[in-house]
Amino acid sequence: MMPFTYSRAASIDQAIEMAAGGRSHLLGGGTNLVDLMRKGVERPSGLVDVTALPGTIEETGGGGLRIGAAARNSAVAAHPLVRARYPMLARAILAGASAQIRNMATVGGNLMQRTRCVYFQDVAGARCNKRAPGSGCDAAGGFNRYHAIIGASPQCIATHPSDMCVALAALDARIHVAGAGGARTIPMVDFHRLPGERPDLETLLEPGEMIVAVEIDASPFARSTYRKVRDRASYAFALVSVAAGLTMRAGRIEKIGIALGGIAAKPWRALRAEAALRGGPATAQAFEAALAVELADAAPLPGNAFKVGLAQRTLGAVCIELSGSDR
Amino acid sequence: MAIRINGTEVAAPDDVRVSLLDLLRERLHLTGTKVGCNQGACGACTVLVDGERVLSCLTLAVQAEGRSVTTIEGLGSADSPHPLQLAFIEHDGFQCGYCTPGQVCAAAAMLREIEAGVPSYVTADLTAPVLVTREEVRERMSGNLCRCGAHNGIVDAILEVAAGRAA
Repeated sequence: MMPFTYSRAASIDQAIEMAAGGRSHLLGGGTNLVDLMRKGVERPSGLVDVTALPGTIEETGGGGLRIGAAARNSAVAAHPLVRARYPMLARAILAGASAQIRNMATVGGNLMQRTRCVYFQDVAGARCNKRAPGSGCDAAGGFNRYHAIIGASPQCIATHPSDMCVALAALDARIHVAGAGGARTIPMVDFHRLPGERPDLETLLEPGEMIVAVEIDASPFARSTYRKVRDRASYAFALVSVAAGLTMRAGRIEKIGIALGGIAAKPWRALRAEAALRGGPATAQAFEAALAVELADAAPLPGNAFKVGLAQRTLGAVCIELSGSDR
Repeated sequence: MAIRINGTEVAAPDDVRVSLLDLLRERLHLTGTKVGCNQGACGACTVLVDGERVLSCLTLAVQAEGRSVTTIEGLGSADSPHPLQLAFIEHDGFQCGYCTPGQVCAAAAMLREIEAGVPSYVTADLTAPVLVTREEVRERMSGNLCRCGAHNGIVDAILEVAAGRAA
């Protein structure tokens, strides 16, 4: 039997020290990591349990929120300030997984979760460049209904599975990280990488660094929501999801934030669509046209070409929901 | 530190890779908690940790140290069944019964979540009091699959217990 260690960190500094060397993984709720260890995808020599570290949710001076990395997904979604001020974040979290898993999963772990690509998870039966760099990608010619339509590479077409992260991208969250070299802050929209030549590298975290907290500013949006489209009504990963926030002024779009899930290796912030929409009317047609601009570079596969149109119609429906207009 | 399981203190296993599910079933012979998918997809292994529903298959037993675990054996017995167990019988909330312990544990915690005002994905107003509707119960119980398809009876049973508690 391989030796295996478990330790529980009492402070962030202690966690960094315990995880130094890179052979131990940080353990949050375990909903993804424990499963991947059982499947043989992850093979750490030990675990550093970080669930006892700060998970507080507190208001910042500017009317924003700072959420400790160990906060449970369910605690964030249930928090009165999240529900009142960031409906897209509460709804995104509530759209993810099941109540049991949301009770276990931490915010830091949600950010760090791995793709649910079945070829990535199939150690014995499939080639995967993310799991075993250079081995090939069986998803590209396989069952790719759940895979990326934009930002993919010949090496990897996996999607990021998180719902929460899609809302955090639309809200321009900042990820506070710490490591032996000190602390720094990474914009959420940059936190996850596109696969390129190195699909095994998924975030901007350096070895030995860990997520400490997530911070969001006071919401600039008068209204916001999250809509998720999936193969069954609940407890399934997204085919396409949309997090969107909107503020109107004199019948024109003043502020807008849009991010999409289920279509890329990272939450896809739709800056081109936002630019096309700003200053114009909030109509479903305008939103659908703007997303066509955003997805001009999309390269869908035989199994997921439907996602382009589905994303457009989902964004159109979200526009109707946010603007109260069906024109 | 010990794990408190249905009121009894139990030592955490020496092998830290043992899941809470395996501790319960294989070492303590509390076989009411079921192994379904063993990968977090079915809910059959649902137990309560400090009163909250979690999946015991994805929880390492060592993570439950210092916590209080309630399994179906701690929720009710043949002599003194939980109101949800009686309602499941009344409404045919099962066929083979394999998912039932997880369903009952999940439902017990779910009713407390609703009473605490926790919203779900289908709650229209995130800041208003939550109503116990069929749609709410279906969404909130979606983490527990029933391959026999007894979901309608399960939802009926839960709605009846919820109505009784509200009365």
